[in-house]
Amino acid sequence: MKVPVSLTVNGESVSADVDPRMLLVELLREELRLTGTHVGCDTSQCGCCVVHMNGRSVKSCSVLAVAADDAEVTTIEGLAVGDELHPMQQAFHEHHGLQCGFCTPGMIMSAIDLIDRNPNPSEAEIRHWLEGNLCRCTGYHNIVKAIEAAAAEIRSR
Amino acid sequence: MYPFDYFRPDSVSEALDLYRAAEERQWLAGGMTLLPAMKLRLSAPSALIDLAALEEMRGIEVDNGCAEIGAMTLHDTVSRSNLVRESIPALSALAGGIGDSQVRNRGTIGGSVSNSDPAADYPAAVLGLGATIRTTERTVAADDFFTGMFETCLRPGELLLSVRFPVPTRACYMKFPNPASRYAIAGVMVASFDDGVRVAVTGAGPFAFRVAEMENALTTDFDPRAIADIRIPVQNLNEDMHASPEYRSHLVTVMAQRAVDAAI
Repeated sequence: MKVPVSLTVNGESVSADVDPRMLLVELLREELRLTGTHVGCDTSQCGCCVVHMNGRSVKSCSVLAVAADDAEVTTIEGLAVGDELHPMQQAFHEHHGLQCGFCTPGMIMSAIDLIDRNPNPSEAEIRHWLEGNLCRCTGYHNIVKAIEAAAAEIRSR
Repeated sequence: MYPFDYFRPDSVSEALDLYRAAEERQWLAGGMTLLPAMKLRLSAPSALIDLAALEEMRGIEVDNGCAEIGAMTLHDTVSRSNLVRESIPALSALAGGIGDSQVRNRGTIGGSVSNSDPAADYPAAVLGLGATIRTTERTVAADDFFTGMFETCLRPGELLLSVRFPVPTRACYMKFPNPASRYAIAGVMVASFDDGVRVAVTGAGPFAFRVAEMENALTTDFDPRAIADIRIPVQNLNEDMHASPEYRSHLVTVMAQRAVDAAI
């Protein structure tokens, strides 16, 4: 059984006939070649695969591609405008919020969802929000700092 | 994942027809348990019936002293709902502590309650608040709903539509989460009503259960000290790499006391 899906990814319309068992992350990475979204654990623990679907952050390894039919999806590739990084990307850069960088796309997509809902989160709220995003390098401190800085930058705009 | 057919019906009646037509079929709600289980091949349905388009199964209403929550309502929606926060803050806090942010953005109350995971949070709320469960066939009291580990009284083809929670005079849910998964190693909902107190436990046993001895003690005296010496028997409590039955029994008393303390 193949199922037709049509969705918007980073503002562009995309259509494909997919096997129902294809995951959203597989559609993004293998069909659309948007490899900025990573697969870490493939068991919905690590958060490397977080993208936005209809304005909510989701783990794309635990969403079927067919379930994204008609959805608006944003990936890490959809954030920068030309050469200008999104404030969250810029803040991760400036505050050294990454080392190996593997978790970073998921961290950034997750953090943007937080700021969309809560423009001025406390440190505790940021740490609670990031429970679904694992980083094995940084110890999280600089990630939290980056998110605080990005939130302040976005508020000031 | 083994291959399967996928359907996304537009109405509950169409969903029921599709269910009857397929063989090894499974409802798909948020998929936060089912999809990982299918990846591990612990579950291999031949057809998934996705309930995502059934708007009639979403939403929150508060009336006549009850909060009714549609089965497809997200944990995130419950945790942020002003209606829930004002009527049953303990329920809103419980929903905000399930899994992680992304799980709460996909996972649904109906999926969680139907799954009867021994470590899930919602069963403690359903049982502790004495909710009623409305399905396509009947209305079931929480006390009759959970029947075993990953088992409920739902019959094949019966679909959970909503959960109706009576508003308590005060309530609190406390859990001791597994530090990695955030599943409850032991979680206790304590809820006080005009006619008495209910205490329901998740995480400790094969499925959510009530503790009559604590309920009686708290109905007489709503004070953490009233239950300090009550231990639930270790027989039938869960044992795994995370906690022994003895430790779980201890945690239930501690979590129950904390819940009472916070509810006062």
